[in-house]
Amino acid sequence: MKQQLHDVVIRFSGDSGDGMQLTGTLFSETSALAGNDISTFPDYPAEIRAPQGTVAGVSGFQVHFGSGRITSPGDYCDVLVAMNPAALKANRKWLKTDATVILDADSVTADNLTKAEFSSDDPIAELGLDGYNIVMPHITSLTRTALAEQAGMDRKSIDKCKNMFALGIILYMYNCSTEHGHQFLDKKFGKKAPALAEANRLVLDGGYNYAANNHLFANTYFVAPAPQKSGTYRSINGNVATAWGFIAASERSGRPLFCGSYPITPATVILEELAKHKSLGVKSVQAEDEIAGICTAIGAAYGGSLAITTTSGPGLSLKSEALGLAVMAELPLVVVDVQRGGPSTGLPTKTEQSDLLQALHGRNGECPLVVLAAASPGDCFDKAYLAAKIALEHMTPVVLLTDGFIANGSEPWRIPDIADYAAITPPIVESAEGDFMPYKRDERLVRGWALPGTAGLEHRIGGLEKHALRGTISYDPDNHAEMVRLRAEKVRRVADYLPELQVEGDAEGDLLVVSWGGTYGHVTAAVEGARERGASIAHCHISALNPLPHGLGEILARYRHVVVCELNEGQLAYHLRQQFPSITFNQYNKCEGQPFTTSELLDHFMLYTNR
Amino acid sequence: MTKYNYTYADFKNDQQVKWCPGCGDHAMLNAVQRALPDVAEALDLPREKFVFVSGIGCSSRFIYYMRTFGFHTIHGRAAAVATGIKTARPDLSVWVCTGDGDSLAIGGNHFIHAIRRNIDLNLVLFNNEIYGLTKGQYSPTTKLGKVTKTSPYGTIEQPFNPGELVIGAKGSFFARTIDADVALSKELLVAAAQHKGMSVVEALVNCVIFNNRTHADFAADKATRAERTIHLRHGEKMLFGANLDKGLIFEDMQLKVVTIGEGGYTIDDVLTHDAHRRDTTLHTMLAAMRYPDYPVAVGIIRDVEEPTYEAKVEEQIAEVTSHSSIHSVSDLLHSGDTWEVR
Repeated sequence: MKQQLHDVVIRFSGDSGDGMQLTGTLFSETSALAGNDISTFPDYPAEIRAPQGTVAGVSGFQVHFGSGRITSPGDYCDVLVAMNPAALKANRKWLKTDATVILDADSVTADNLTKAEFSSDDPIAELGLDGYNIVMPHITSLTRTALAEQAGMDRKSIDKCKNMFALGIILYMYNCSTEHGHQFLDKKFGKKAPALAEANRLVLDGGYNYAANNHLFANTYFVAPAPQKSGTYRSINGNVATAWGFIAASERSGRPLFCGSYPITPATVILEELAKHKSLGVKSVQAEDEIAGICTAIGAAYGGSLAITTTSGPGLSLKSEALGLAVMAELPLVVVDVQRGGPSTGLPTKTEQSDLLQALHGRNGECPLVVLAAASPGDCFDKAYLAAKIALEHMTPVVLLTDGFIANGSEPWRIPDIADYAAITPPIVESAEGDFMPYKRDERLVRGWALPGTAGLEHRIGGLEKHALRGTISYDPDNHAEMVRLRAEKVRRVADYLPELQVEGDAEGDLLVVSWGGTYGHVTAAVEGARERGASIAHCHISALNPLPHGLGEILARYRHVVVCELNEGQLAYHLRQQFPSITFNQYNKCEGQPFTTSELLDHFMLYTNR
Repeated sequence: MTKYNYTYADFKNDQQVKWCPGCGDHAMLNAVQRALPDVAEALDLPREKFVFVSGIGCSSRFIYYMRTFGFHTIHGRAAAVATGIKTARPDLSVWVCTGDGDSLAIGGNHFIHAIRRNIDLNLVLFNNEIYGLTKGQYSPTTKLGKVTKTSPYGTIEQPFNPGELVIGAKGSFFARTIDADVALSKELLVAAAQHKGMSVVEALVNCVIFNNRTHADFAADKATRAERTIHLRHGEKMLFGANLDKGLIFEDMQLKVVTIGEGGYTIDDVLTHDAHRRDTTLHTMLAAMRYPDYPVAVGIIRDVEEPTYEAKVEEQIAEVTSHSSIHSVSDLLHSGDTWEVR
């Protein structure tokens, strides 16, 4: 029987070498291509190949797909694919009470049970899963059988295909086509290793047919396409969207794009993506360290490029001094910080929002700059564009905060028309009129961008305090005070050019939920849930952390309670208390390296409402 | 026929030069300002195409005294900032003014990697073997045992020889000059500017306040210099001395100083300098020569043609562009798998 469902959460899990990220991605793309709204959450260890069979080595990929609006990857899963006992153990807590578990029966060996630290030989009973719908196909041996006649494949290569068997089962279960999987395999292996493409295709179909022929499930399911605004769509993750947002800003501003970066998880994909697009004139330098990353970018900005550097928390620490130089030199620059768990090396592959105060204040001296945050994978495109626009038009560094969750997560994205985005007009000085004053400002307090190569504009700038007009070294006390004030006021005035702050939900009432950055999806789902329960609640999501958007104070005052939700110990709450001392800011915080769950937020919000 | 007709005055500005009287940096400023008119003609570049970048330290104040574009950056990072400028703007002539502390201590990483990439920067390394601006602490080039404020009982650290470092990193151009010899400095700076790729000119400069006469043993005056330094010129015999009667030969796997006509050595035994040799062995030995065992080598020690970083960047862009189907953001956004919703 084919049963229609509104939305489904599937979690693929296995050893970090089992190809679970690929499996999850392929299913997500298939589902998106079929018109579902989706949200994904890759959750993997920092080690590339952690010890096989252990709980620490489990890599997971969760996808939430549905026929309505999907804003988060979901808390608990309807289906868990576990390629070994360790994966089952690691994900036990994420199972819905009526979940289906698909466990590779061949993986339940004494050795694997020991590695996963089971005390009995029955992992199902030991984890209390007896009432669940447990399906245990022999995935490994069926994969071997499917490839028994494939010439030239050793056992290791054959076993690497078993993730496709699992994918085939899930595709059958949800009445999805195997076509996208086939196309992907042909593209990935087709030219270089046609035999490998063929093997993977065989196993994928093998899994699909096995599920069909053996009536593995009492029902199969169907999730109808989500109603979406018409247009051309694609699947996109936050890091790629970030890279593309800068490319778009480069095209619209006419300034060539330069990226100087050092590889760091989870930001590296932005550099990798930009390195591909030389046909759009992108220049990327893989620098010798984080400091050289930002310094090459500052050099490129000095030379007239839209210059960016990409990093994560520890890298932002290393870039602090150079960020100060960019503030002092008043050059356009965007620093992307894809936040991860900290402090120090912390949790490289896990998400957190704990770099906000570092972005706002982590430099020597009075050193203001613009701080923006992206809300979702697709929003990374818009915020990268906005960050570039502000940097170029206001001659200031901008820190763009994303996080591991939205950087790696993907969603369907309606491809925009770049012509719809606001134009970008940098204040380039075309020629010298009389004595050139490099620090002369316009009404926004923005200085001109005098590019090397322009006759008559030869001037010297640097990190020493400079004369308020001439830019020459000045140690004058009044001049320094004036420059400190000007740099701060220039950043403050950026607020006049920010998009209007939006509130979703009731215009006034019991509770205003305040959030920022990558928690947008979970908080939105939780606020919607609370509204369905009749709560008087609204959601204000802040994208500009410095300067804060106009109107925020008035919005905060319209609700009896305000709760600030963040994946840190209360950094935005701290920041807001400084700005709005008369408001009481309650906090909901989490520092587990994991996103919020919608249910924990919903439960918390209900505590504030009268119903 | 010259095109720009610049004189050194065209590269001076109205800022008061604030180095100590007697500092070797004055002479280097003079040499650079005298070299640039020749460089402008040789490279066909107007003044606005010249950018001077510096880090932190006495020598890094250099850029404020030039009538060119100038960027005084942060400690150690000049080479990295300059790398960004040159990569973004290959049309510019980019110069780095830096010191032994700036480039060999805090900025050591950027220094060796700029050399490794062979990006076309002209780096002038002002080596006074001391931290001057912080008032006299030992640097990575301070001689072993030297008493300074932070080594009151003498340093216990082996110094770097910048030439060995540059050549060890497969640098394509290394030259050495002495502050007092403005004519030599000018000649080397013009050659460095014309070299395609990273050029490092080590300037042995005197710090009159904190490390006076550190190079004086061999550099004090013209007569001393003739006997205790050797001016290497590509294609010429390695001869030195007021009467050019001494030479360098290669014997027992090492360089040896001989006097022509003594010990059976003739002019034929003396090495001929090949700055263009790819192999680094002999260049390293020449750069490593220290007085009093050897004369100190000045002139162009190494000058090898290698592809430059910024040229390869442009080549890749042209190559990829020629066969890519993505030529606009719209092409990019619609590339790969997409689907229509009506």
